[in-house]
Amino acid sequence: MSSVPHFLQPLLKTPFHERSRAFCQQDSFIPWSGYTTVDVFSSVEQEYFAIRNATTLYDLTPMVKYRVAGAGAAAYLNRLVTRDVRKLKPNRVAYCVWCNDAGHLIDDGTIFRLGESEYRLCTGERQLDWLLASAIGFDVEISEVTEQIAALSVQGPTSCAMLKDFGMQGIEALRPFEIAQFEVGGNAIMASRTGFTGDLGYELWMDLDRAEAVWDGLMAAGRSRGIRPIGSQALNVARIEAGFIMPNVDFVSAERTVHGGRDRSPLELGLAWLVDFKKGHFTGRRALLEEELRGPQRRLVGLDIAGNKPPHNALLYAEHAGRREIGSVTSAVWSPTCKSNIALAMINAPHFATGTEVWADIYLNRELVWERRMSHARVVEKPFYAPERRRATPAADY
Amino acid sequence: MAKADTTTPAYDCIVIGGGHNGLVCATYLAKSGRSVQVLEAADQVGGAAVTREFAPGYRVSACAHLLHLMPRAMIRELGLEAQGLALAQDAMATTALSPTGTHLSVGVDPVATSGLSRADAAAYPPYVARLARLARALRPVLENMPPRLGTDAWSDRLALMRLAWKVRRLGRRDMRELLRIIGMNVFDLLEEHFETPLLKGALGFDAVLGTNFGPRSPGTVLTLLYRLAAHEESSHLAQPLGGMGSLSDALAKAASAAGASIRSGAAVARIIVREDRAQGVVLESGESINAAVVVSSCDPKTTFLGLLGSEHLDAGFVRRVSHLRSRGLAAKLHLALDRIPTFTGVAPAALGGRLLIAPSLEYIEHAYNHAKYGEYSQEPIFEITIPTIHDAALAPPGKHVLSAVVQYAPYSLKAGWEEEREHFTALAIGVIERYAPGLRASISRAELLTPLDIEREFRITGGHWHHVELAFDQFFMVRPLPGAAQYQTPLTGLYLCGAGSHPGGGVMGIAGRNAAERVLKRAA
Repeated sequence: MSSVPHFLQPLLKTPFHERSRAFCQQDSFIPWSGYTTVDVFSSVEQEYFAIRNATTLYDLTPMVKYRVAGAGAAAYLNRLVTRDVRKLKPNRVAYCVWCNDAGHLIDDGTIFRLGESEYRLCTGERQLDWLLASAIGFDVEISEVTEQIAALSVQGPTSCAMLKDFGMQGIEALRPFEIAQFEVGGNAIMASRTGFTGDLGYELWMDLDRAEAVWDGLMAAGRSRGIRPIGSQALNVARIEAGFIMPNVDFVSAERTVHGGRDRSPLELGLAWLVDFKKGHFTGRRALLEEELRGPQRRLVGLDIAGNKPPHNALLYAEHAGRREIGSVTSAVWSPTCKSNIALAMINAPHFATGTEVWADIYLNRELVWERRMSHARVVEKPFYAPERRRATPAADY
Repeated sequence: MAKADTTTPAYDCIVIGGGHNGLVCATYLAKSGRSVQVLEAADQVGGAAVTREFAPGYRVSACAHLLHLMPRAMIRELGLEAQGLALAQDAMATTALSPTGTHLSVGVDPVATSGLSRADAAAYPPYVARLARLARALRPVLENMPPRLGTDAWSDRLALMRLAWKVRRLGRRDMRELLRIIGMNVFDLLEEHFETPLLKGALGFDAVLGTNFGPRSPGTVLTLLYRLAAHEESSHLAQPLGGMGSLSDALAKAASAAGASIRSGAAVARIIVREDRAQGVVLESGESINAAVVVSSCDPKTTFLGLLGSEHLDAGFVRRVSHLRSRGLAAKLHLALDRIPTFTGVAPAALGGRLLIAPSLEYIEHAYNHAKYGEYSQEPIFEITIPTIHDAALAPPGKHVLSAVVQYAPYSLKAGWEEEREHFTALAIGVIERYAPGLRASISRAELLTPLDIEREFRITGGHWHHVELAFDQFFMVRPLPGAAQYQTPLTGLYLCGAGSHPGGGVMGIAGRNAAERVLKRAA
C-alpha cells in the first residue's frame, strides 16, 4: 500500500490504457474524472470521420457509475430525476436530468434498469453527496462502482456489422435504449444501444479483466470496417452535431455555481421534454412549475453562423452594431457533415425563437494578429445532424 | 364506503398534536369559524405540559413544570381562567443555592435581591434594567410572525422596519450595547458586570436552561434575551394549580368552547398528499380524515420525515431537515417524598419557590463539558421546585413531590441510558442531598426522564423541549429552517405550529397563535 494520499497520486489508468497508449500517435492524454484518457489519437478529423463513416472505439470507463438498488430504488430515482422512472422497464435505458430544490440542473446522465430493483446511474461528474442526500427516507442502497466496470463506446454506421463479426449475434435487433447480455469468447459483455454521437452505436460494459481481450477482439473484427479508436475531441464534434449538452461547457452544475443566476434549469436548457410534471413529486418540481408559469428567461438553442469560423465563447447581440447583448455561445464547431458553422448558445428571451436573427462577435487569431468579426447567425432547431440509422431497428450493415 | 367519503374534506383544518401550541392554534382557528379537528396521540392532551401520576398518589408536571412564557394577554384572550386555570403561586422567587449554605435570593424585583457584594449590589439594578429595555425592544421579534426577506410583500418590509425602529428607538447607547452583546456568550457578559460567582451562576443558568449550550457557548446572550423578552409579557415564574396539566385542560376546554373537536388516542400515521397538497391524515388505526389544511404541532423532523415523507419534498430541503440540531440535554427528575425536605439555609418561605443548583459559571461550564463528549455531568445543574408546598393535592396528605430539571444529560449517551439510568438518578439525588441532608431517606420513589424518555413519551425527536435548538441559525426568520419558516411548508396546505417554529418552545403558545394567523391569512 502506498502512503501517498489518493489526491496526490497520479491519475488512474483505465483497463484500456495500455491498448490506447499503443495507438495514441499524439500521446495526447487529458484528465477525466480522476482517470487519464485520450484527447486525440492521430487527428481529430480522421477520428471524427470514422464516427460518421466507419466505426470507432471510445474508452468510457471514467464515466461515473453508481449502483442503485433496493426495494425503494424506483421511488428513489423517480424523486431524483425529472422523468417518470416508473415507466422504465427492465433492460431499458433512459436519459435523465436531475435538479436541486430551485429546479436548477445538477447533472444529466443515463439510468440503466438492470433488474427488478437494480439500476445503474451513469453521470459525467461525481454526484455521491447529492445522491446520498436524496436517499434520506428511501429504502435504497447507493454505491459507486466506477472502478469496477470497464466501458467502451462503439459508435458509427458499421458498428453493428462489426459487432456481429465480433460475435455478438442478434445485436442488430437491439432497439435504441435497450440492453442485452452477450458472451463472446468466454467474455461476458453487457451491450446497450446508447451513445453520445447521435449515430448508430452501442456501449459495452464488462469486468475489468475482460477489457483488453474485448478491445483486441473488436479491433480485429473491425479491421475491414475501418475501425479506429477516438479521443474526446472528435467525440465533441459529433456531440455538438447531435445537440447533446456537456456539463461545465453548456451548463454548470447548480451545486457548483458560486454566483446566483449562473445555474440553469432544464427548461432553459431545452430539456422540457424530460420534465414530467404529472408523475408526482420530484426535487425541483415546485420551482420548475413556477418557472413554467413565468416562462423561461433564456434558452439553449442551436445557431447556424455565417462563414466558417466557429464562434467559440462569442457574445451574441440583437443587432449588427453590437449594442444589445442577448446571450453567448457555449459550444461551437465547424460541422464537417452538415458543412455548416454550428453552435449551441444560451440566448435571453425573447430572442431564442427559431428563425431569430442574431449577431455573433467572433475574435479571430490570424498568426497572432487578432481580428474581430460580427457574424450573422440564425436560431435553428437541434439536432443539427440526426441520421435515420441511429434509430433504425434492425440496425443495418454498412 | 361511499366514494365521496374518500375525498370530501371532513374539516377545514386538522391540527396534529394536542400540546399547548396545537390547542392554542386550534382555538384561534375555531374562533375564526373554521371547523377544526385536533388529533392527539396520547390518552390525554397537553403534550409536554401534562400532570401525571409517577408514584401511587403522587402527581407531577411530567415535563415542563413552570409557566412563565405564555403571554398574559393570550391567557386572557383564550379565557383560560374561566376554563379553570388557577395559579398556585405567581412571581415565584429564585434561590441560588450555595454549597456553603449562604444562598442568594434573586428576586423578580432586583431590589429584593440580597446577599450581594457592594459592587454587585450597585451593578445589579442597572443590569436588570438595561436587559429589560433590550428585551422589550426585541419583543416584536418574539411576538410576531417573522418577516421574509426578498419578498415584495409590504407586510414583510413593514415588520422589518418596525423591528429596526424598535431597536433604533432604544437610543444610541442601548442600541450599541444590544448589537455588541447579542452574539456574545453569557459567560463573558456576566464577567463584565459582576463578581459574585453565585449571582453569575444564577443569571447564566437561565441562558442555558433547556439548551445544548454551556455559558461559554456563543449565542447564549440571545437565549437569555429571548427568555427575558418572553417574561416581559408573562406572569414571570408561575405554578399552575394542579400542575401544568391544568393549563392544558383549560386550553382544551377553550378549544372545545370555540368549537374545535378534540380526539385523544388518535395517533397520526401519515399526512395525505393529493395533487401536491396536504389533504388530510391517516391515523395509525388506518382511519383517514380529510381536511383542506393540516397544521402540525409535531417537531419538524417528525412532521417532514415521519408523517409526510421525503418523497413529497425536495432533496435539499430534506437534507436540511435531517441536519436540524434537536438533541435534548435536559433530564427531568421526579421524587416522591415522605416528608417536606429541608434545604440547609433555605427559609420555609423560599422553599416553595425555584431553587437553583448552579453555584458558578465555571460549575455550569464544567457540567456542560461532559455533555460535549456524550457523557452526563458528574456535577449537574438543577432547577428544583417542590410544587406540593403550594399545591398539596398533588401528593397524599403530608407527603411531597420534588420536580427538577437536571442538566446535562445528553440524548446520545455514549454508555447508553438503559445501563446508566440508575447511576445518573443516584448521582443527581446525591448532589441535591448535599444541599438537603436527609433527602435520600425520605424518597419513596424516584423517576428520571432522560431526553430519550422524553422523545418516547412526548414524541419529540431528540427529546429537546424547544424541538429544535434555539440558536442564531435556527432562529426567527429561519426557524426551524429556510423553506419552512413563517409556519408554512413547501407543501401547500401543510403548516407548522409547534415549538420548532418561531419563537420556539417552553410553554408559550405564540407559535400556535401565529400559525393560526398564517393559515387564516393564506385562506383569505
